Amino acid sequence: MSVSAKTLDQNEYFYGHKACAGCGGSLAVRNALKVLGKNAVAVLPAGCMSAVGFNFPQLCFANNAIISTFAGTASMLTGIEAGFRRRGIKDFTAVGFAGDGGTADIGIQALSGAIDRNDNIIYICYDNEAYMNTGIQKSGLTPFGAKTTTTPAGQNIHGNIRPKKNMFEIVAAHDIPYAATATVGYINDFLNKIEKASKIQGTKYIHVIAPCPTGWGIPVSDTIDAAREIVDCGLWYLAEYENHEFKISRDPKNFTSVEEYLRKQARFKHLTDEDIKIITESRDKKWEFIRSHWN
Amino acid sequence: MIRPTVREKKTFGFADVPEDTSYEAGYLVTVNSGWRSIRPVVNTETCIGCMQCYLYCPDGVISIQDGKAVIDYDFCKGCGICSKLCKPHAIQMESER
Amino acid sequence: MAEKFLSGDEAFAEGIRLACPDVISAYPITPQTIVVEKLSEMVEDGSLDAEFIHVESEHSALSCAMGASAAGVRAFTATSSQGLLYMAECLYYASGGRFPIVMMNANRSTALPWNIYGDQRDSLSQLDSGWIQAYAENAQESLDLALMSYYIAEHKSVSTPFMVNLDGFILTHTYEQVDVPAPEQAKKFLPPYETENKLDLDNPKNMAFSAGPDTNYIFKYKEHAAMLRAIPVIEEAEQKFAEIFGRKYTGLLDQYKTEDADYILITLGSIAGLCREIADSLRQNGIRVGVVRIRYMRPFPTEALAEAVQNAKALAVLEKDISFGNEGTVFTNICSALQGKNITAPVYDFIGGLGGRNISHQDIIAIFEKIQSGTANRVNFIGIEEGENT
Repeated sequence: MSVSAKTLDQNEYFYGHKACAGCGGSLAVRNALKVLGKNAVAVLPAGCMSAVGFNFPQLCFANNAIISTFAGTASMLTGIEAGFRRRGIKDFTAVGFAGDGGTADIGIQALSGAIDRNDNIIYICYDNEAYMNTGIQKSGLTPFGAKTTTTPAGQNIHGNIRPKKNMFEIVAAHDIPYAATATVGYINDFLNKIEKASKIQGTKYIHVIAPCPTGWGIPVSDTIDAAREIVDCGLWYLAEYENHEFKISRDPKNFTSVEEYLRKQARFKHLTDEDIKIITESRDKKWEFIRSHWN
Repeated sequence: MIRPTVREKKTFGFADVPEDTSYEAGYLVTVNSGWRSIRPVVNTETCIGCMQCYLYCPDGVISIQDGKAVIDYDFCKGCGICSKLCKPHAIQMESER
Repeated sequence: MAEKFLSGDEAFAEGIRLACPDVISAYPITPQTIVVEKLSEMVEDGSLDAEFIHVESEHSALSCAMGASAAGVRAFTATSSQGLLYMAECLYYASGGRFPIVMMNANRSTALPWNIYGDQRDSLSQLDSGWIQAYAENAQESLDLALMSYYIAEHKSVSTPFMVNLDGFILTHTYEQVDVPAPEQAKKFLPPYETENKLDLDNPKNMAFSAGPDTNYIFKYKEHAAMLRAIPVIEEAEQKFAEIFGRKYTGLLDQYKTEDADYILITLGSIAGLCREIADSLRQNGIRVGVVRIRYMRPFPTEALAEAVQNAKALAVLEKDISFGNEGTVFTNICSALQGKNITAPVYDFIGGLGGRNISHQDIIAIFEKIQSGTANRVNFIGIEEGENT
């Protein structure tokens, strides 16, 4: 059964937090918890969502939730899942919410270990494409060309010189039972992937694009627009990995303009036409691969 | 409805601070209403209760009651996502003062 | 009860089997490895009903144990040296979260230069991490501490993680006759773990949160107070232990012929046995010497130490540790504890055994000679000649 606004749990499990207005990450956490319900046990490492949600005595999770070390989202999930099982509790979901840095950089070792053990957990990476909590520094998931406070855009270097690490396929390469990509812009797709993950035994990974208006340099009201356009222009794709196979969830017939997507964001303002050409070409190459190799 | 709520007790002295870093879930002591410079206002005439605003609100402050969007102004930060997504244009952003 | 011929590591694993942890997460590192090997064998043969989790690092080992503890179950991990340092972040996290995890640490030198042999720089560098720290002398005490550590750590008034240290190789790999208690006896000693400090579906919690300047200090103070409350609990645990198993322990420190001693050597760990032998031989020559073995570095035996050495003419500290640019950490702790206690005897520091270098019979005799003749320096390096140490 698919999840929709009507069937979604009306309870609000992440509420009263101090995330910036228009925060994509908080939308991802909020909605994922609405799918998983009150028996979700959430682990959040150091990062935006823990910083905005857990300042004693302002505690913004209605369900069980705990902050892990920055590197320890997956390993703490492992311990919690094992502990609950030892207590004979069956009806719960151990779910992690880590940012892009917490996932692709400092937390990748523990994530890899958890997938290797096939621990029964859901790991959600809310990807806002930089270390936003510390003030917009480059992470392994910062895209090519993005200006951050550690990849300044100047005459010599135009922001980040490296493409985004491909976490979805890195995770899939472990032959994980289920992995998916999503965006907060198409929330129903995200909700249904969470729902699907919650029914699968073993490790599940969902990588959700969650724009940060502060870091991306867009108006706070435009989070959802940006989160849709990144998919519409083909720079992000919605896909699943299941039963050892990749499957594309949405294959746009025509892409919207990459340039238009980039030019709306202050972090890409400096890009030259040549830079945009590189980005567009790399998009095309990726899609060529996807269309010829994935279902 | 399960949801974190603002509690009476807001200050924690020596005796109130727990031994361990473990406390009742969903314990709030402050609201976020002061963050807003603009506020969403729902026109109940044109609101069709489509729930898009509810689905996409990062703060979860919108609920649908009797088929209409209702906003919890204690926690709305005034981002304007709801207004932007509202197809029938039933949510307008208005200046706080 | 059964007599077995066991190494320190094996004895510790036997103790852990008796303590019945729910979750074991550990990563191999020499000279700790035997503990995790033994425990995985016990899980395999069904004699230990626990989740054995093969983690990918020491950081994950302790992070996983913290998750298990936060889920309300008993957790165990073990490490050594670089591994302890790699998980250092989690040490502070576990104590701040008041997760009563037990960890065995095989004391080993820290790189660089690389070295797998025993000294105590690894654990002594983590004295401030908020863990109870005990140092075992032999395999029997190792096994007994494995059981007692859970009793103390999980005690409602303490709720603090516990690190049991075994000297690398000298203790971890040396075989001794060990009395292994029967499981029924162990059950009589160690109650099941119960806590409110856990994630709970019926009573949901937000845990391991941030606390600003107004309350952070209070949390830290309470952490300190709880560690001090471990002192009477250690006594209580040892009393109960003696009643059930017939073996007696002596709290934060162990004294040997200190009552009338003019010269007292203070040390920790497995070297204490040799020190006592030498004390006996020196006493045959009419020199009244005694030995204090510190069993707990945290909580520190401030009061007990002052009482033990109050009549001595001079004190020597023998430690396998150095805090570069200062002196031995054990020495610093001792000097601080004796402040204001009306003790006028000079205290000398003897640093040796770094990187597993042998501390000989003769080295220890020389320590007593030097403090007796007053020719010792404030800080002395065993085996480094005068003139070399400039």
